Amino acid sequence: MDVQQLIHEQVTTHPVVLYMKGSPQMPQCGFSATAVQILKLSGVKEVFAVNVLADDEIRQGIKQYANWPTIPQLYIKGEFVGGADIMREMFESGELKQALANAGVA
Amino acid sequence: MTTTEEKIRQRLAALAPLAVDITDDRAKHAGHAGARSGGGHYRLTIVSPQFTGLNTLARHRLVYATLGDLMHSEIHALAIDLAEPPSND
Repeated sequence: MDVQQLIHEQVTTHPVVLYMKGSPQMPQCGFSATAVQILKLSGVKEVFAVNVLADDEIRQGIKQYANWPTIPQLYIKGEFVGGADIMREMFESGELKQALANAGVA
Repeated sequence: MTTTEEKIRQRLAALAPLAVDITDDRAKHAGHAGARSGGGHYRLTIVSPQFTGLNTLARHRLVYATLGDLMHSEIHALAIDLAEPPSND
């Protein structure tokens, strides 16, 4: 399977997907750690986390998929939400909680 | 030699910003895996009238598009705070 197809399958199969550096238990980058923390504080029950450091094809492919140059990247119900700064902003405004509630995952 | 910070400023001039603040965050990331590739970590605060009417995602996309290839070469990570100027009405 082509990497773009693989990513598409991941983000459409799982309601909440986070592409990050490292794992939720052990993030390898401050931005990824922030993203994980925000999702925890938002009460998300289940996150499908993809460690891009473990797969260089996904690491490069994910930047093209959403036309977004940085990692982490959050997807809810197949839709690209944003990176760590956007997640923080949406968390503070309550938008993130709303989006997660709409998706039935928090 | 033009520093990455100056290059960022030059590119962002296209957005006619009222304020640009760039902080080099590299020290905070010294030694972590990504920093070895040589790209810098920066924190950017920018106020531009061109953000008016755009949501956060669209604002970030505009900044990334303006920075163009710098995003893939000299910048390893960028934290962005952006705002539109306060309206006068």
